[in-house]
Order: sequence, then structure tokens, then C-alpha cells
Amino acid sequence: MAEPHLLVHHEGDNVGVVVVENLKAGTEILCVVTENNTDFTMTVNHDVPIGHKVALQDFSEGDTIMKYGQDIGKVVAAAGKGDHIHTHNLKTKRW
Amino acid sequence: MTSNNTFFGYRRENGRVGVRNYGAILPVDDISNAACEAVANNIQGTMALPHAYGRLQFGEDLELHFRTMIGTGANPNVAAVIVIGIEPDWTQKIVDGIAKTGKPVAGFSIEQNGDINTIAAASRTAKEFVHMTTEYQREECDISELWVSTKCGESDTTTGLSSCPTVGNMYDKLLPKGIYGVFGETSEITGAEHLCEARAATPEAGKKFMKIFQAYQDEVIEPFKTSDLSDSQPTKGNILGGLTTIEEKALGNLEKIGRTSTYIDALGPAEAPEKGNGLYFMDTSSAAAECVTLMAAAGYVVHTFPTGQGNVVGNPIVPVIKITGNPRTVRTMGEHVDVDVSGVLRREMTIDQAGDSLIECIRRTANGRMTAAEALGHKEFVMTKLYRSA
Repeated sequence: MAEPHLLVHHEGDNVGVVVVENLKAGTEILCVVTENNTDFTMTVNHDVPIGHKVALQDFSEGDTIMKYGQDIGKVVAAAGKGDHIHTHNLKTKRW
Repeated sequence: MTSNNTFFGYRRENGRVGVRNYGAILPVDDISNAACEAVANNIQGTMALPHAYGRLQFGEDLELHFRTMIGTGANPNVAAVIVIGIEPDWTQKIVDGIAKTGKPVAGFSIEQNGDINTIAAASRTAKEFVHMTTEYQREECDISELWVSTKCGESDTTTGLSSCPTVGNMYDKLLPKGIYGVFGETSEITGAEHLCEARAATPEAGKKFMKIFQAYQDEVIEPFKTSDLSDSQPTKGNILGGLTTIEEKALGNLEKIGRTSTYIDALGPAEAPEKGNGLYFMDTSSAAAECVTLMAAAGYVVHTFPTGQGNVVGNPIVPVIKITGNPRTVRTMGEHVDVDVSGVLRREMTIDQAGDSLIECIRRTANGRMTAAEALGHKEFVMTKLYRSA
């Protein structure tokens, strides 16, 4: 298999993690779900640093982000599929 | 050559096995650091463990201080100990606690002697200890005699994908062989506490974990929090590495206990496990040096440390093995990395293979090979303080 650009932990997750350096906006990326080794492709909309997350679907404010098959927080600013997901649009539900 | 199931270690008087053979010079309190450092300077083969506390502590905080001091001296990686304190009573208490292991230990107090006479007397005894302990030989020991702790640091999203599950895979393989394991980081389980509770071997252990977790929320987070965990959880380094929320960080953190392992008890900080071999949870800070110091004081002899962005922590008495899956960290600060599992992210290496390479590194480290943190001189010894002194 070719080297993936993005890894997704679980089948039901709606974000994945960039695992290559210098990923540029507009790149068609190879995404692999580590749980079952399935893959798919999509286009990334921003320059996203290694380790940072990318949306696998469109999000509205208040949506829940799933990673590891678990709730990791809520969307605080709308984001489209392929967008960079981080502190500017995702926040813990705890505090 | 040892087999895959054995290593060469130092068997101590109480039967436990160490992987290092240190002569420790242990200060009871902050103001005895100078004398300890002078003794370590006089006598080669000894090491002072300076720290910031030990005066005017009381109650549970004082108990933790004694437990950490005694546990550090009692750790099987330490062959012999010199204890120096300002006054004789607390010095003797620590000497007596360490003496239960049967290892050579002697105490010296500074009041009515002064630094210079204390240093001279302690140096003479330290020299005798060095002659004795440098003749100790390693012997072949079963891998089940290893006590292996874990705590991750400067995590990012790659730790949850690669280095933390590598440690988890190691525990899933070595715990059934009879080793002792421990994980902790109470604050950093926030968001995964339900999963952590479910990984207890018994309902009692799970309840004990939840009580510790809730006490931290009630006693520390609630009174002192600002809008969130004050930019501390996740840390600035975590956020640079792509982690956004504490829940995300906690889920990656918990990957360190693998798929099948369950913990048999929840320990207080620096508390030695007493329910036999297996995995334990320990109530610790998530700050690297504090956590590793507490686990070392509980008797663990090798530490496995997954990192993403590149935490450089070490410990004076316990070898700290760094595991990273972040290819940028391997490229920019490779001198700190003992086990490179970046192949997991490229899908060239499975978690099973990564776990095997960690086990191999643990065995070689136990046999005496220095870790990156040891070679680079990292000796962070940091006491946990529960509240202000009197």
C-alpha cells in the first residue's frame, strides 16, 4: 500500500490525523482507517501540519467530533469536509 | 547471551532485581543538598539526589515525602544509600525504612556537626559502600522479575496512533509473563475515565480509581481552574502537535494499557504495589519528572515513555526509554529517541512489531545498555508536594 497522508482510528470517526510533513491545501490525500485497514481519498482544503486533524465531513456549530470511536468535544465554528480541525473550531465539553 | 525471556540484573538482599547499581546520596531536606553533593563529588561511583522539600511538611504531605524518600532508597536499582538530613530524627526514620530491604544504608545529621564534619564522615562510609557494591555481579533473571512503569509526555496525535499503543502491546505481552506494570496521570484521564474504570480487574479496583479521579476533580480542578485547565491540559506543546482537547489527549494516553490488560489496584502516589504481579494504576501528576519519580519510589526499575513532540525527561535511578512515532521528532531530535516506531504511521510496521521492538529495547536496557536520557545526563528527581508547608 502507498504511504497514507491521513490516519483515522475508528470506522465511525469524523476526523483523521495528518501523518506526513508539509501537506499543502488542495492535495488529494490517501486516508487509511487503522481499525480495519480500509482506505479512501479526499481533498484537503488547508495546509495542515503533521499531527493535526482534518474533517471527514461537513460540521455545524454544536456537532460532536468523534475520534477513537469516542466523543472528544464540540464544534464551536462551522467547518467543511477537508478543513483543518483544531482549537479554532473544536473545544472540550467539560469546561 | 540471554534468551528472550531473561535478562542480567542485580539481585538484592530482599530478592528484588535491579537493572542498575547506584550508590545514592539522599538528602532528607533541601538544606542538606549541599552536603550530599559534596559527598558525591568526593566519592566516585555515587550520585546525590538533590530536591526542594523536606521541611515543615505535615500530615499526608509529610507521609508522601517519607514514602518517596524511603522508596527511592529502597528501589532495587540502588545498591547502597547514604542519607543526610539537618536533624537526626527524620534522617533515622528514612534510614530505618530503607534498611528493611537489607541493603547497606547509613544516616548522618548536620546539626551539632556542621557540613564539613558531616561530609567527611559520610564520605568515609560512602567509600566503603562503593568498594562493596562495585563487586556485585549481574545474574541471569527471568523477565517476570522486571517492574516496568509507563507515562507519556509532550504527547501529540501520533502518540495515540503509535507510541502509546506500542507500550500497550508490550504490557499485553509481558504482564501475562508475570511482570509488574503501572500507569498513572490522574488529570490526564479526563474524558476517558469511563473507559479507565471499565479496565479494572475487579469492581473494587474500578471504584478505587474513580474515587481518586473524582477527588482530584473536586479538590484541585474545581477550586483552581480558570476557563479550562488553564492552558495546561492539553499543554502548549500538545496543541502545537495537533491535540485539541483533554478528552482527545486522554484517549491517546489510555492506549498505553493495551487491549487486554486490566489493573488490579489503584495506588496512592509512590505507594508500592502489594497485590502481586500485574498492572496497577497510580494517582500521580501528569508532569513527567514528578510522575516518574513517584513510580521509581514505588519500586519500578525500567520506565517506558512514549512522546510525540519530544519530551527529554530522565530519572536519576531508573532508565527512561523514549518511544516516538512522530517522524519530525525522529528527524529533529533523534538523539532522545530509543525506539523509533514512525513506521507505524507509514503503515510499514504493525503495532505488534512495534511492541516487540520495545520489549527488545527493555531487555537490552535491563542488561545495562544506557538509554538516550541516561547518556544525555537527564536526572530529573522531583518530589510531589500535596499542599503548602506549615
